[in-house]
Amino acid sequence: MYALIPLLPFASFVVLGLAGWRIKDRAHLVAVPAVALSWVLSVFAFVDVASGSVISVSLYTWLTSGSLDIHIGLSIDRLTAVMLLLVTTVSGLVHVYTIGYMHGEPGYARFFSYIALFTFSMLMLVLADNLLQLFVFWEAVGLCSYLLIGHWYERPSACAAATKAFIVNRVGDFGFLLGLFLAWTSFGSLTYLEIFAQAHQSVNATLNLFAPVGGHWDVSVVTLVCLLLFMGAVGKSAQVPLHVWLPDAMEGPTPISALIHAATMVTAGVFLVARLAPLYNLSPTAMTVVAITGGLTMVLGATIALTQTDIKRVVAYSTVSQLGYMIMACGLGAYAAGIYHLLTHGAFKALLFLGCGSVIIALHHEQDMRHMGGLKDKMPVTYWTFVIGSLALSGFPLTAGFFSKDDLLVSTWSAGPLGEILTILGLLTALMTAFYSFRLVFVTFWGPSHLDPHYAGHVCEPAKTMTVPLMVLAVLSIITGYFGIPGFLEPVFATGTESSPHHGGGTVGIMILATSMGLLGIAGAYYVYVIKPGIPDQLARQWKALYQGSLHKWYVDEAYDHTIVRPMFFVADELWKKVDVAVIDGTVNGVAHAIAWSGWLLRLVQSGQIQHYALGMALGAVVFLTILLII
Amino acid sequence: MTVPVSYYLALSAVVFLTGLVGVLIRRNIIIILLSVELMLNATNINFVAFSQYLHNVAGQVFVFFALTVAAAEVAVGLAIIIALYRAKSTINVDEFSLLKW
Repeated sequence: MYALIPLLPFASFVVLGLAGWRIKDRAHLVAVPAVALSWVLSVFAFVDVASGSVISVSLYTWLTSGSLDIHIGLSIDRLTAVMLLLVTTVSGLVHVYTIGYMHGEPGYARFFSYIALFTFSMLMLVLADNLLQLFVFWEAVGLCSYLLIGHWYERPSACAAATKAFIVNRVGDFGFLLGLFLAWTSFGSLTYLEIFAQAHQSVNATLNLFAPVGGHWDVSVVTLVCLLLFMGAVGKSAQVPLHVWLPDAMEGPTPISALIHAATMVTAGVFLVARLAPLYNLSPTAMTVVAITGGLTMVLGATIALTQTDIKRVVAYSTVSQLGYMIMACGLGAYAAGIYHLLTHGAFKALLFLGCGSVIIALHHEQDMRHMGGLKDKMPVTYWTFVIGSLALSGFPLTAGFFSKDDLLVSTWSAGPLGEILTILGLLTALMTAFYSFRLVFVTFWGPSHLDPHYAGHVCEPAKTMTVPLMVLAVLSIITGYFGIPGFLEPVFATGTESSPHHGGGTVGIMILATSMGLLGIAGAYYVYVIKPGIPDQLARQWKALYQGSLHKWYVDEAYDHTIVRPMFFVADELWKKVDVAVIDGTVNGVAHAIAWSGWLLRLVQSGQIQHYALGMALGAVVFLTILLII
Repeated sequence: MTVPVSYYLALSAVVFLTGLVGVLIRRNIIIILLSVELMLNATNINFVAFSQYLHNVAGQVFVFFALTVAAAEVAVGLAIIIALYRAKSTINVDEFSLLKW
């Protein structure tokens, strides 16, 4: 029965994909019930596994060849169950929201079919019980992301962003694939449970990386597998240095930003690390790399978010930063805290994106926050839900973000010296997070209106289909903190050997610090953007280098452009003009010309004069007879 | 006395070569057709000669078949020639070079 959880969205994808041209504006009648039923089934699955059991469903054997045995199977444990709930909940709400957001768009049915496909792929990804299945759907969600970013394919910027997202993810997935191969060759299986069992036994196995060139550099196999798989996670979860695609992905319709680029797909990397926790636990080196990558991403994302002016980009960089938190927590062994933050983040970040979406719709696709302001009276529902989302993001007491962020920072604080350093960075990031979140709130919703006078008069709250998901998510952004999710998840990650050193010294101090950082950030934003509105410009002038750096995203895009993209284009251009045109086309055309020329020569033989042919026959007969006679 | 078979063969060869040369060098299609008949008859001579030499009547039966087929072939050939003449108002074989690309 639980196989229906992913299959229902798949069915709706098939129906909409094949018959979308007829269904058109009624597409939601297919897609919404399917995902709603999935959600109901997910709740059942959640209740089932809450007792501690693990559900395994073997769907079918894909291929068997020697010792390679690949099957499609579903496995639901507590980690999967909470992910299922997250995916189906957010997806369902986004489906409903889309009805209003995409109303009257020409690609309405196409859009629904893609998000149904995405929901299916994401569910299969979290349900997978082996690495290959995970990888297949890992790629599938990447494809959906590509299709949906490029939904408005007539816009060149959307096409560019879609291509960028796809190509940057390729870099990470390349590592993922290598990791997959290495896992198969060293552990002999791709099923999670067998990998963990094998990895325990071959924890000391090493691999000489420089063997092909005759050198000698032994690397632990487990570490290598972990690092290669983590490359995939870096790409998918937009970690440094592959974070560049996520902000550009905001070219897609806003419901997509909420579903794929905030709540679910980008968290697949975090999920991967958590899913493979027993493997990562065996490799301290890989864990350190994971933690540091996460920490860097967290700080970098937050610093960039401070100065962006496109509201979706602010939220996008905030997502990058929050993903950094989760990855960092996983890298420090606090998997439960990481996943907990993933869940609460899924709720409040989806809320923020959908809030952005309703602002954007109300303002006729205006995204620059400098052209907003004073919206809070015109759009009260959007405003209040947005404030709740921002409070949760800032870790304001009694919201879900408060619980998860505190839990996360407390867990990381107790994870050794590296953990302490990263926790301090995390606290600073929390300060910045609160600041930019409320900068967004104050600049967009408060203060004088900078709206375009053309439509300033009739800005109003969007349709019910859009406001209801906002309200539901706002409620979720608060109550997900009260379910005791970390305790629920803890058994999944229990290693048995080490006792989790939670609640050590300084725990309360960290909690108070984290909360006060959030409050300080909010207060700072209030002071800077409401009380003394001149300060931001003054600060920007004073710290010009820093401001420009942050505004230009620390020039990462420019650096890639100069070091990778342009040389690539140059080489491609040269190859096209020199190798392609001269060598390859030359060869092909040369063969064609040679054949045409020899044909022209042979054509002379064929005069059309019947007597010439008869002469040929006679001479041929003479030749044959001569040969016969001589031999 | 009997005529040795080689005489017949020599005659047959001469007639055949006459026909072959006629086919190859003459321009008038009717003459070409006649030359083809010459070649056919050269073979008939061979058949008859060997039939008598080997005391086997099969060769003579074969000749009847060849004559019948030749008659039919001439009828078809002449019909084609008439059709060609109607199309081009000439029976000069140089004028006909349709058999090429």
